[in-house]
Amino acid sequence: MAEESLTYQRIDQDVLKTLERPGKKYFILLGGVLAVFLVGLAAFINQVRMGLGMAGYTHPVMWAVYITDFVFWVGIAHCGTLISAILFLFRARFRRAVYRTSEAMTVFAVMTAGLFPLIHLGRIWNFYWLFPYPNQRQLWVNFKSPLIWDVFAVSTYFTVSATFFIVGLIPDIAVARDHAKNRFRKTLYTILSLGWRGTDQEWRHYYKAYLFFAALATPLVLSVHSVVSWDFAVSIVPGWHTTIFAPYFVAGAIFSGVGMVITLLIPLRKAFHLEKYITVEYHLDRLAKLVLLTSGIVTYAYGCEFFLSWYSGNPIEKEAFFNRAFGDFWWATWIMITCNCFIPPLLFIKKVRHNIKALFIISIFVNIGMWFERFVIIVISLSHEYIPYAWGSYKISPTEIAITAGSFAWFFLWFLLFVKLLPSVSMTEMKELVKPPKRMGQS
Amino acid sequence: MLKFIRNILARFDKTSGPGVLAVFYYVDAAAEAIQGLKQQGYKDLTVFSAVPHHSIEEILDHRASPVRYFTLFGGILGCLSGYAFTVWTSLDWELPLAGKPVVSIPPYTVIMFELTILFGALFTLLGLVLTARLPHLGSHRVYDPRFSGDRVGVFVRCEKGKSVRLEEFLKQVGAEEVRFEGGV
Repeated sequence: MAEESLTYQRIDQDVLKTLERPGKKYFILLGGVLAVFLVGLAAFINQVRMGLGMAGYTHPVMWAVYITDFVFWVGIAHCGTLISAILFLFRARFRRAVYRTSEAMTVFAVMTAGLFPLIHLGRIWNFYWLFPYPNQRQLWVNFKSPLIWDVFAVSTYFTVSATFFIVGLIPDIAVARDHAKNRFRKTLYTILSLGWRGTDQEWRHYYKAYLFFAALATPLVLSVHSVVSWDFAVSIVPGWHTTIFAPYFVAGAIFSGVGMVITLLIPLRKAFHLEKYITVEYHLDRLAKLVLLTSGIVTYAYGCEFFLSWYSGNPIEKEAFFNRAFGDFWWATWIMITCNCFIPPLLFIKKVRHNIKALFIISIFVNIGMWFERFVIIVISLSHEYIPYAWGSYKISPTEIAITAGSFAWFFLWFLLFVKLLPSVSMTEMKELVKPPKRMGQS
Repeated sequence: MLKFIRNILARFDKTSGPGVLAVFYYVDAAAEAIQGLKQQGYKDLTVFSAVPHHSIEEILDHRASPVRYFTLFGGILGCLSGYAFTVWTSLDWELPLAGKPVVSIPPYTVIMFELTILFGALFTLLGLVLTARLPHLGSHRVYDPRFSGDRVGVFVRCEKGKSVRLEEFLKQVGAEEVRFEGGV
């Protein structure tokens, strides 16, 4: 790592440079993302007007692309908390340069995921029925239902990860405040920094609080996707009703999340000249190894599912998994297997791991593969349940494609605003890696 | 009114002056100054830095932050609230589902767990805000923008008449700038 050549001043200069007025390319990108988001929004408004038929929902597949999107985005969110909280507790040095970006990714991914249960509701104006509140009929939500667990799990996850993200930003925003020349930014950072001055008392309480945030966020990494997996596993649908789902979903979530972190970091370090801070040999190499590890777990889980369906001797289970691999949606299953099991092991080769282009392309494949994993689990399982005459198929509708594309645009829109308004690399944590200036033995 | 609130807050703030503010470039010089000030009996010290330094923390020797009690209280409150709320709502309108008991503790543990984390985190935030006295209102407090960069600041509360000796000492141990801050 290139931290030997860094000084406090240099770190401030380099990171604050990312907040300078953006160029033409940035605005073109922002405009493009906004346009795609508006297409998704238009599709959603049309769906609200016309009804859920626009989404192509038809018996027996009444959960489809929106729930796929929901699980995908919640999964993406996981890696951010893994990097910012778990690796913080384990004192992993490589997290310091990359955790801010992945934490921001977490918050924006949960914001995106949270849209899908609402989009999937159809009658979105009744969304508040999801929450327990006193009402005239004295009815309460069903706390025995995994769907309500999910409401609590995702809203807790969003609140805790957003708090963790914002608290982590405070000292850095104070640096930005002290260097801001523009009046708008000065006011914004003054408010957001809460008057932070870096006194010994502030640091004393801040670090204790940060440690507890990390400790509280850590079980959330494991629990949120476990709860999401129980949306499926607690039902009796063949292909869903299995105890492997919780760890399988958590591993898959971290796998897809690391994939997305790499997808975001590679252009970010290039665009903002952060090569000194986010290095290929150290940071990206370790993230690539995390992809390798979680790809191995996911591959093992796929193998287990297929093996157990055969070994169980249960004809319904056998049929469900045979249909996955060779039924109407065989192509989705094989995209999933290719992207998640066959392509990531290329990262065992150091040359591939250290090749930026190859790593970027592999990370895109991971994203594609993990989206299809959720599609395979949800759509194929529902289309092929117990009774043969109730089997059916499913066709993705243009509305679903537009809303899915819009969700990616919504996510990138927030991310683009983030990189220009807030420091995308933690100056404070980078400074902790640098030897402080000392009279004896200089910095 | 705002001025009145500021004055009240300033009474509880160690950095509202009057006192002497020293700016250091070298961390070990700042540590030496703090050590010397403590030996001379100065207790109202405030250190400003971009990152916490272990050498300075050791000299300051603060007690453990009370934020942990907020976290513990929040966590326990969340867990109990999760239990009480799920059980109460089940009994408020009894609706047997799927042959399960009306009050089913295993599924309720998920809610209890989530609320433990949620309340724990929110109370930690409250603890941070209260103990670190955030947000800081008013501009009367001692500060220098260089402290968020690469300089370390040491502020000692004292009356104007007693500041001369103090200023000399701070310069002697390596402060690159020493000035008197009048406060409110």
